[in-house]
Amino acid sequence: MDLTIGPNAFFWTAEAVRAFYRAVAASPVSRVVVGEWVCSKRLPFWQDEIPGAVEALQLAGKQVAITSLALITLPRERRQTAELVEMGLPVEINDLSALRHIPEGAEFWVGPVVNVYNEGTLDWLARRGATRICLPPELPLDSVARLAEAGQAAGVAIEVWGHGRAPLAISGRCYHARLHDRAKDSCQFVCGEDPDGRDVDTLDGQPFLTVNGVQTMGRAITTVADQLDDLRAAGVASLRLSPHIGDFAAVAAAYDAALAGLPRLAQQLQTLMPGASFCDGFLAGQPGVARAAVR
Amino acid sequence: MMELVCPAGTPAALRGAVEAGAHAVYCGFADETNARNFPGLNFSPEELAEGVAFAHRHGAKVLVAINTFPRAGAQALWHRALANAEAAGADAVILADLGLLAHAAERHPKLRLHLSVQAAAANPDAINLYAQAFGVQRVVLPRVLTVDEIRAINREIDVETEVFVFGGLCVMAEGRCSLSSWATGLSPNMNGVCSPASHVAYAENSGAQEARLGGYLIHRTPKGAPVPYPTLCKGCFTSPDGKGASQTGHIFEDPVSLDATRLIPALQKAGVRALKIEGRQRSRAYVGQVVRAFRAAVEAAYAGAPMPEGLLAKLTEGQAATTGAYAKTWR
Repeated sequence: MDLTIGPNAFFWTAEAVRAFYRAVAASPVSRVVVGEWVCSKRLPFWQDEIPGAVEALQLAGKQVAITSLALITLPRERRQTAELVEMGLPVEINDLSALRHIPEGAEFWVGPVVNVYNEGTLDWLARRGATRICLPPELPLDSVARLAEAGQAAGVAIEVWGHGRAPLAISGRCYHARLHDRAKDSCQFVCGEDPDGRDVDTLDGQPFLTVNGVQTMGRAITTVADQLDDLRAAGVASLRLSPHIGDFAAVAAAYDAALAGLPRLAQQLQTLMPGASFCDGFLAGQPGVARAAVR
Repeated sequence: MMELVCPAGTPAALRGAVEAGAHAVYCGFADETNARNFPGLNFSPEELAEGVAFAHRHGAKVLVAINTFPRAGAQALWHRALANAEAAGADAVILADLGLLAHAAERHPKLRLHLSVQAAAANPDAINLYAQAFGVQRVVLPRVLTVDEIRAINREIDVETEVFVFGGLCVMAEGRCSLSSWATGLSPNMNGVCSPASHVAYAENSGAQEARLGGYLIHRTPKGAPVPYPTLCKGCFTSPDGKGASQTGHIFEDPVSLDATRLIPALQKAGVRALKIEGRQRSRAYVGQVVRAFRAAVEAAYAGAPMPEGLLAKLTEGQAATTGAYAKTWR
């Protein structure tokens, strides 16, 4: 099993993006997906960083792909999606409609918010040219194992959501803007004030969800830290690490060390992300928010 | 005339909807193959065959929703549902999963395919992909689009469009939401349920009524006031702004339901082929009332008469109604 860094879900400044990919280029991951997958309105603020990031990552020997948006509705977003294929990188589709722009037979990757729940869907995508699929975070281990097996037969590498706030929903409405009594069209980019998302608690103060513009995520950090053996046994090819603020290269290095056999990954993550809570319920077939696999 | 597509959770509701003037009813089998997999609802293959025969005698169609995402290792259950729907004489099946669509197109070439809202095909590229790859003939549009966007989509596609006009309202892109499984372990995509009743708990606490889902407190109302069902996206939450202040309220959406009656003429002009009413979990009486009201509204639209206002207010259970994403201000 190796490591893949997924696209950043949050709205960061161009400087923060630059520093992030500089650090990531030196981290022990095999591949990185760059690009905007949550809100097209953010892209003009940091898209100039993408070519430099791609170059630095490729120079460091990483495989690089470019993501589509997770929800494509506007004509401008459709044009942007069509232009992705011109970058000369594999496109990671996170909205199925991106597939319309990829020539038949050309290689593409499939991201975690495309619904791949079974072998039939995996086979269909493989016939269209999919070579990697990051499975939806809500899948239990039994499904992961069956899909990893089907993936091996079809020549598709299977990734699992390994670390980070799980993407739970995407909407036409921006909840960040709504929290500021604004509409999506007049959002004034308020999601940029919360570079790791905005907390949403239950009425009795339990941490529960995170709002990130039009995306809703789990609040606890999903981690497979205590499920590595199960995933390896299932034939999973790669773990997806989803960017957060803080020393993310160190987080990636901790996963890499754990894959090489070093114990105590969960404790290390707690040190690297002070104040964060962690969960792993989905893989265990439990509520996603649950901490199921503490050993 | 635009087709009125009405919900039937039971054979009785199917007959009620047809008698009330539904042009088509949609229903599902009593298992996890459909997205309204609630106890006591839905059809056996025999009941479906009888329902289809009844509907056809009255000139109505039956559409069978097989719109969850088949479980890896258990696709046979969904494949059997397709075969059973075709054997029962269904006029179309409503599917969401790519693999199941591929299976249907290959093994059931005569079966008419509709794309479920659970596939969340929100732009012409997605719709044309499903049409070209599987021969899908109608798409149920996700509830994230404005009327203008629907009109623009219809100009770029050859398949029919169907839109929701009344009933429950998803505020997230349908079929792409794991909020329910985050809190309960059960999701619309995998289990055909959202915020399931089995995980709901009501309690009284210090004179207030509380509703929890999966143990998470998401409604608190004064004693005597109605307690909304704790659906996650319509729950009440607190969000600290990180600077010492916080906001408490319906962060995602109020407990509202959709009523787009007054938009029927606009939807007609936008090229919409069919209007869908949500509510397979509803009673025969409810379905009958809603169907009669909408049949009258559709006929009024074609006669150029004004839309009847407030016709269905009493059916929204005292909840506020919204036109949802159809009006751009909703976003």
